Amino acid sequence: MKHLLSTHDLSVEQMISLLETADYMSEINTRSISKVPALRGKTVASVFFEDSTRTRLSFETAAKRLSADVLTFSAASSSVNKGESLRDTIETLSAMGVDAFVVRHKSSGAPQQITQWTNASVLNAGDGWHQHPTQALLDTYTITRSFGQLDSMKGRTIAIVGDIKHSRVARSDIDMFTRLGAEVILVAPSALLPSHIENWGVTTASSIDEVINSVDVLYMLRMQRERISASNMPSLREYSSHYALTVERAARLSPHALVMHPGPINRGIEMMVDPSDLPGSRILQQVTNGIAVRMAVLFTLLGGDLTATATGGTV
Amino acid sequence: MTTVSSQRSELLGEADIERAITRIAHEIIERNADLSVVVIIGMQTGGTWIAQRLRDAVSRIAPGNDLLLGAIDISMYRDDFSLRPRVLTAPTDITFDLTEKTVVLVDDVLFTGRTVRAALEALNDHGRPRAVQLAVMVDRGHRELPIRPDYVGKNIPTHFSDEVSVGPGGVAVMGLEKSQS
Repeated sequence: MKHLLSTHDLSVEQMISLLETADYMSEINTRSISKVPALRGKTVASVFFEDSTRTRLSFETAAKRLSADVLTFSAASSSVNKGESLRDTIETLSAMGVDAFVVRHKSSGAPQQITQWTNASVLNAGDGWHQHPTQALLDTYTITRSFGQLDSMKGRTIAIVGDIKHSRVARSDIDMFTRLGAEVILVAPSALLPSHIENWGVTTASSIDEVINSVDVLYMLRMQRERISASNMPSLREYSSHYALTVERAARLSPHALVMHPGPINRGIEMMVDPSDLPGSRILQQVTNGIAVRMAVLFTLLGGDLTATATGGTV
Repeated sequence: MTTVSSQRSELLGEADIERAITRIAHEIIERNADLSVVVIIGMQTGGTWIAQRLRDAVSRIAPGNDLLLGAIDISMYRDDFSLRPRVLTAPTDITFDLTEKTVVLVDDVLFTGRTVRAALEALNDHGRPRAVQLAVMVDRGHRELPIRPDYVGKNIPTHFSDEVSVGPGGVAVMGLEKSQS
């Protein structure tokens, strides 16, 4: 595996292998000295053309725990402001000796494009409405490890609630969850559902109340106000009345049900309840797991192919 | 006469392994006056069963001394990543601080010494041991680093390309080299 651009690039076997590698990385993260020399001498550039707190810091932390060197590029303080193109930016960084680019961009397909301009590995850290594969891996990791069913989501019902249309997280999660056997229900107003979902293998519901009693996982999406034009959007108050998690609704969740959110949370819009009051909340666990999962991805891309089998002999 | 052949020699049997473990346990007890600071750490995965049996043997010979047992994986510490396929086996399992402990590091085969070098680095991430002693079932020679074992089940001269396999049932050497006979 050279790049990670989309969940569609991963076979089920590769997903499971990455999750197992993340288990291994989780042990490192519990140590008092949580740093290993595995990627010493490798350089990882985090190249973010769009704002991020957790994904950027998570990737950078993951790279540092594996002893890679990290270059941090932020469009806001770079020569992009002098008109430097994406291609020139990538080629310039490549010339400095980068082994992996971690890329976030507002345009779908930008990470794929970047693979044409560099020999380094490219990791998609979110491109437009398209894909966010490490988020899907960390969500899958969180769900499978919470339920103790490590290599499958068979028998689990997962409701993804909110702005599906503008959500790369939803696209990546839906692909990975369904391929691992979960039943996925999309809960959104029709204006916030993508137009062609017939082939996604999902069902839909028009209110959170229809599903809340029966789901194993309630996955709340962020209302992406920055991507939405005023015209096609229902009023926030109307949205909240059908799609927000409230104290009353939370009380109707099954005792074992998980509540997840990719962050950042819009308190008072999709989350009308304090997550710390929800016993099933895995929102902070998602953040913790994100580091282990990204360590697994970086190690797999930069350290060799884990699907290869070892030759015998003790050295 | 020189022949080229693939041959497998059984060099130790199950009873020999048991005797070697008992002897090494006696040596550990003799060498460490204060057993309360001694911990046994097996290398994943070949050394862990030996570590477990060494710990049991120490408890049997010196009742009341149940040494702490751990396992260490060195996949993330190797210096030859690019030279071999990587498989993450079992993770490290050390639930105690190694600071001021005497660590008996246990592996099945001592060869170039690179695995032990990596293990010494890995151990330091779990505290600063007072001392580290090395116990191996087989020392097959061909060291590439200044590392020597403190406890050895059996010294077995080998060709560099031989394969040595160690298990509870015994030790075998698979030779693919020209051999003098």
